[in-house]
Amino acid sequence: MTTLAFFQPGLYHLMAVSILLLAAGVAVILSKRNAVGILMGVELILNAAGLNFVAFNHYVWDSAVNGQMFTLFIIVLAAAEAAVALAIFLNFYNNFDTINVDQADELQG
Amino acid sequence: MFSTLAQGNPSNSLAQVAPILYLLFAGLTVGSAWMIVISQNIVRMAMYLLFTLGGVAGLYFMMNAEFLAAIQLIVYAGGTLILIVFGVMLTSKNPFMQLHTMWWERVLAIALGVMLAVIMVIALANTPVTQIPSDQLPQSHDVHTIGMALLGPFLVPFEVAAVLLLVVMIGAAFMARRRA
Repeated sequence: MTTLAFFQPGLYHLMAVSILLLAAGVAVILSKRNAVGILMGVELILNAAGLNFVAFNHYVWDSAVNGQMFTLFIIVLAAAEAAVALAIFLNFYNNFDTINVDQADELQG
Repeated sequence: MFSTLAQGNPSNSLAQVAPILYLLFAGLTVGSAWMIVISQNIVRMAMYLLFTLGGVAGLYFMMNAEFLAAIQLIVYAGGTLILIVFGVMLTSKNPFMQLHTMWWERVLAIALGVMLAVIMVIALANTPVTQIPSDQLPQSHDVHTIGMALLGPFLVPFEVAAVLLLVVMIGAAFMARRRA
């Protein structure tokens, strides 16, 4: 029972999840060559941020919902960002016949 | 623990199950997130992303943010992930397409991620935070409060988000159109 009491969720438990999620997102962005895979890393980082906002809202703030509002807008912006990014990737794939981000070096000087 | 549950003391039983639910959802979230890092198949990565988003929704449920958990499941797991899966399908020549990275690149990325995590843990340990005592935690953030906040103090961001979604819709359709 004592081990379970240690895992009684508090702010630090949720922030541990958030930190590991952020680290996973950064690792995904750094290690993937597929543009859609990099987009998944961005989604992980946005989720980590949203989790932080809700955790601080619940465990530190009072009964107001300001943190939840921020997370709501994060979700909206993530959906919008995914739509635009996938449109760009589709355009890139139609023009270059690949989705490898290393090939996207046309703008290099 | 389960005997306490069976007696049906609502506030006490939630505190009894909370650690198990936390371990379940946190393990699902973090485990799937790191499986995305390890995995090389883009379709499997999308599948693990689904589990991660579901785990985060479960954590939202545990923090009494029911509305946000539902939105997370509907918009993220239902909308954004479908969009990503469509992106995967439209941009791969064969279903088993793998863009391999060098092993040392993967090791370097994982090492950088772990270093970032360590730095943030150190920063967190050195930051004083005054938490609400666990018996005074808000029992629920109901939808009524969220609705009043959206149309009250957050009205301007709400409307800007509406305009942004319109711009994104037009922009994405314009960008992804097939040229003649």
